[in-house]
Amino acid sequence: MFSLSTFLDAFWPLTMAARYTLLVSGLGIALGLVIGAFVCVLALSKSRPARIAAAIWVSYLRGVPMLVQLLVVFFLLPVIGIDVPAIVAAVMTTAIVASAYISEIWRGAIMALPKGQTEAAIAIGMAPRHSWTRIILPQAVALSIPQLINELILLVKASSLVSVVGVMEITRASQAQAGVTFRPLEAYLAAACLYLAINLCLAALGRWLEHRMAV
Amino acid sequence: MVEASSVEIRKVNKYYGQFHALKDIDLSIPPGKVTCLIGPSGSGKSSLLRCINFLEEYDSGEVLIDGQLIGYETPGGRRMAPRRLRQMRSTIGMVFQQFNLWPHMTAQENVAEGLIRVRGMRKRDAMERAAEALTRVGLSDRMGNHPSRLSGGQQQRVAIARAVAMDPRLMLFDEPTSALDPELVGEVLNVMKALAAGGMTMVVVTHEMGFAAHVADQIAFLEAGELVDVDVPSRILREPEDRRIQSFLRTYHERNLI
Ligand SMILES: Nc1ncnc2c1ncn2[C@@H]1O[C@H](COP(=O)(O)OP(=O)(O)OP(=O)(O)O)[C@@H](O)[C@H]1O
Ligand SMILES: [Mg+2]
Repeated sequence: MFSLSTFLDAFWPLTMAARYTLLVSGLGIALGLVIGAFVCVLALSKSRPARIAAAIWVSYLRGVPMLVQLLVVFFLLPVIGIDVPAIVAAVMTTAIVASAYISEIWRGAIMALPKGQTEAAIAIGMAPRHSWTRIILPQAVALSIPQLINELILLVKASSLVSVVGVMEITRASQAQAGVTFRPLEAYLAAACLYLAINLCLAALGRWLEHRMAV
Repeated sequence: MVEASSVEIRKVNKYYGQFHALKDIDLSIPPGKVTCLIGPSGSGKSSLLRCINFLEEYDSGEVLIDGQLIGYETPGGRRMAPRRLRQMRSTIGMVFQQFNLWPHMTAQENVAEGLIRVRGMRKRDAMERAAEALTRVGLSDRMGNHPSRLSGGQQQRVAIARAVAMDPRLMLFDEPTSALDPELVGEVLNVMKALAAGGMTMVVVTHEMGFAAHVADQIAFLEAGELVDVDVPSRILREPEDRRIQSFLRTYHERNLI
């Protein structure tokens, strides 16, 4: 029999754990945006080695499952003498993986702009820094918002993977809850509800941003 | 009235990879006059026009604006400093077939942007000047609209205002009415006629033979990368000597009769 009270009781510990889910995915995307911008600059650069470096970065990170990368980072760091808490390793891995997708999102958005947009800026005598900051980036960023929100939602879900290195986020907390109460169904259903609630909020935020930035 | 530039094009060659797009082009564009470039599709009209502001790099020859070489330090020499090139471009207005307005800015912001970033004007002065430029093209009531809220003809007039607000001494037009619905062509041509009457040097790539016939001071005909002939409109359009021009005009008239 499904126990409503066990189900409801699961929410408190899971909500506490949700802080880590949000921390990993939120910080992950924030750092991922920064690293992704850097990778995108390399990918669009005139220098061939820079483009190759960006291509390797992107294909490794997109080609290897995040779970494997987490384990690699988690076990690699102590070997090379870096001793950090699991949560730091989790955030770093998430950010690095996100950077690969984000740099591709931005590269796509920039390349999708018609050539005439920059040509008009060049023809008027505008310097490259202005055509980037005033013409290209505002449009590319607006264009990429739906995909960035989508990426953030994927990260929230992927953050469940960091449970394997011991971070007490929603998924791991629901496992613990199931173990304590012997009521796995209630615990996992509560976890599902929490993930859904978070991601519905993010989707709404995305629609709002999209609407605001619409050109 | 602003002083108008002259353009001197000498032995210009342009390649796209192996493809020889412009072959030894010689053309004098006198100040304050309207020069129309006509010719079949793919003949090199846009390429030639875009060499004038170095949006397209020519491979040999010279393009001189008021006697000053654009793009290179010396003929066949090193590229000129980007700063200097930008300075030269800022006195040359360009209007594109697809308007190329910036969609995230209002009409007024589109016009003001160059004044702020290139001329270094303060925002308030730039917006004021933009408003005047838009009024001159008949858009005083549309200044706050984004391009997506304007008709094609209105968008092209904003694009012209954007170029004109910079006080150019030379205006380049690449098929400015080709993307427009027929009923919107007139409003754009009228703005261009007013510019021409004001003494602006204009180079216009166009398929509008009526405009070429009535407004141009000279017409240059290109085919397959060669400048076949350049002369006054009556000579080119009514008694062309070259067979290639005759056949181009024949096709043009046939297409426009039906
Ligand atoms: N970036 C490019 N790369 C390769 N070939 C090009 C490029 N731009 C133009 N060409 C070629 O050069 C030739 C001249 O092109 P151009 O655009 O100057 O012709 P046009 O006279 O303006 O034609 P249209 O009336 O169709 O606009 C064409 O054959 C075209 O295919
Ligand atoms: Mg063309």
